[in-house]
Amino acid sequence: MFLGKVIGTVWSTKKDENLVGAKFLIVRHLDLDYNEKDNFVVAVDSVGAGQGEVVLVATGSSSRQTNFTKNKPVDAVIMAIVDKLDISLKEYLEEHKSQ
Amino acid sequence: MFLGKVIGNVWATQKYEALKNFKLMFVQPINAENEELGDPIIAVDTVGAGPGETIFYITASEAVIPLPVEMAPVDASIVGIVDTINLSSDTNSVVSKQVQR
Repeated sequence: MFLGKVIGTVWSTKKDENLVGAKFLIVRHLDLDYNEKDNFVVAVDSVGAGQGEVVLVATGSSSRQTNFTKNKPVDAVIMAIVDKLDISLKEYLEEHKSQ
Repeated sequence: MFLGKVIGNVWATQKYEALKNFKLMFVQPINAENEELGDPIIAVDTVGAGPGETIFYITASEAVIPLPVEMAPVDASIVGIVDTINLSSDTNSVVSKQVQR
């Protein structure tokens, strides 16, 4: 899974009929300090996430493992809304990054 | 399966129903020499790993197999805690490396 922020919604009228009723959100990747990265995905929402929220996104075939997305053409699903990150080894990461 | 180091955990109250009671951990992928590879990912913990520990994890749809639920939107899960890694660098010498814990 990766960390992302919901930055928008996708409206689509003409789509695969299995996807009728799906809520598509645009999720931008975030780093550990909540800084936005350049890449993003369009993901189906399974938890009721909204604009501006920090979420976790599962990708690939795993994203079809929800009741709604089962056997549907989906490759990214929002499966959690993040309250807080607890990064206890941040110093370790920064040390390694600088090398 | 890949090697990683647990660097922290994620608090998420609102999550997909089947994921209740599972711990979500931040994992920094590493190579066998304890050097980091790429960006951290989030994985479900199935073994009780804690920050600082070297672990191995599985990805893709197989990640659901160790969980005691039938279906869950999980694409990475921690399946073991590493005690030691023995690396043989070439045929003549065997380099034994103790993983920092």
